[in-house]
Amino acid sequence: MKYFRLALLGVIAFLLTACASQEIPDPDPTTDRSMASSGSDTDGFGDSGMGDGEFFDDTMPNDELGMIIYFDFDQSELRPEYADLLAKHANQLANNARVRVRLEGHADERGSREYNIGLGERRSQSVRRMLLIQGASANQISTVSFGEERPVAFGSDEDSWAQNRRVEIQYTN
Amino acid sequence: MRKLLVRLVFVLVVLGSGATQAQLRIEITEFAGKQTPIAVVPFGWEGQEPGAPYDIAAVIAADLKRSGRFAPVAEENMLQKPTSGVDIDFDDWSILGIEAVVIGKMTQTGANAYSVQFQLFDVFRGEQLVGYRMPASRGTMRRVAHRAADMIYEKLTGIPGVFGTRVAYITAEGRDTNRLYTLVVADADGENENTIMESSDPIMSPAWSPDSRRLAYVSFEGNASAIFVQTLRTGNRVKVSSRPGINGSPAFSPDGRKLVLTLGGIDGNLDIHVLDLQSRDLTRLTTNRAIDTEGTWTPDGSEIYFTSDRSGGPQVYKVSTRGGTPERVTFEGSYNARPRLSLDGKKLAVVHLDRGNYRIGVIDQDRQDLLILSTGRQDESPSFAPNSDALIYATRQGLNGVLETVSADGLVRQRLASGQGDVREPVWSPFPRY
Repeated sequence: MKYFRLALLGVIAFLLTACASQEIPDPDPTTDRSMASSGSDTDGFGDSGMGDGEFFDDTMPNDELGMIIYFDFDQSELRPEYADLLAKHANQLANNARVRVRLEGHADERGSREYNIGLGERRSQSVRRMLLIQGASANQISTVSFGEERPVAFGSDEDSWAQNRRVEIQYTN
Repeated sequence: MRKLLVRLVFVLVVLGSGATQAQLRIEITEFAGKQTPIAVVPFGWEGQEPGAPYDIAAVIAADLKRSGRFAPVAEENMLQKPTSGVDIDFDDWSILGIEAVVIGKMTQTGANAYSVQFQLFDVFRGEQLVGYRMPASRGTMRRVAHRAADMIYEKLTGIPGVFGTRVAYITAEGRDTNRLYTLVVADADGENENTIMESSDPIMSPAWSPDSRRLAYVSFEGNASAIFVQTLRTGNRVKVSSRPGINGSPAFSPDGRKLVLTLGGIDGNLDIHVLDLQSRDLTRLTTNRAIDTEGTWTPDGSEIYFTSDRSGGPQVYKVSTRGGTPERVTFEGSYNARPRLSLDGKKLAVVHLDRGNYRIGVIDQDRQDLLILSTGRQDESPSFAPNSDALIYATRQGLNGVLETVSADGLVRQRLASGQGDVREPVWSPFPRY
């Protein structure tokens, strides 16, 4: 069963990598819809007359594994509370060489915008180094910083700022 | 897949299209100083149509009023409305306390061809200061009026006017997956807004080419940063930098041939680089482990000013474009970022942390003193007018960003209120070329 899962994962990774490598957004999203269609019977995929199946992989992180790391004001150091979470993500990567993540760094709104891009990147890099130390490979991780450009909380107060100082871990395949 | 949702719309800037609805409204919010009383008399009209197709005088008067340095007299208070120099009775103006009078005339010369002339008179000396005649069409009337206002302003103040310039800025509307970012170019009076580019991913850091024909900017299409250079007239754009990690903070060299930009690389070490747009040669100017970003050129192109936190908090440094050791420029306060130099090289604008508030500061390069020019809590993105006499920057009104201009002496402040979302990152264009 384990080998079957790995093989399946390989197929998924290949298909997703193929479409993720496009530089310019695909104007025709129909090519990707098959990946998200709603069939649920995976045993019979490939047979005719069964309707669309659905790839799945229960080794991929789900909602129980947190995808967001928060940071203190003006800090890119990882709080100790995230050690377990990051170890689990590092495990996912170390055990699945074809899995890729994009680390999206963010800053709160205070101060200059391009400097905040730098602060967001510093946070992405903190997470990246921790994942690398724990066995992930450099080619599995890309970073991007959105600075203050993509807030999740729109208030101008401590609470909103705390929610916006974050790194989001996005699995890209 | 989110990137499939990216919407890209490229809209040509149709120069001189007078039909566009104005969305930025300008109000003078603060004024302290002398306002010269001036009369801009309604222009005369000679043509087949019953009335002039455009009120040139009204635009000139509005420009002068908006500068904060002039108080145009209302039309109903004018004792006479001459349209040629010989008809001016200077006593009629001096008893009203008017110091200068502008008169003019529009003459139809073809189906969509006109000649616009204006004259500026000194009331006390009773003599003409400047007279000028320009060809015009219905599509160029606004620009002709701004050009006249620029000439009048320069004659009376000794400072070139910036009424004919433009401003580029970014707006953001909506939340979460419905967020829409727009790059806009408008006339300096807020009229004639044109959308240059739209995306559901962030757009930031617009920068004008010295000839005002192109804009460089950062776009995050496909969840990666890239720098584009877009030609306004055609909408054609070129991706000039899309390396791994950060591609940010572009600024054109004074000759328009190079961009200074910030690259972060795989390891995220932000450094200042110069990209030759023709050869695509890339020169790295800084190597420090700190954040080095927000590069901008000195007017002579010999040095780059930039933000670096190599000493802890962000401060402004400068480095020769030939390389060498960067030299620290700012020392006052714990936070000085996003340097921008006036075209005369004398003033340095920064975002300065002033007792807990991020404000626009201007440092006199000779005297080394810092003047705080804004009053908000999160003011950012200062950009000098090409006459070095005013700045535009972004501030907050409630939760939305709005734009303000302030004279370099801090005496005149104006707010440009926009109807569309969060407005930020204004950049003032160079002088127009006529």
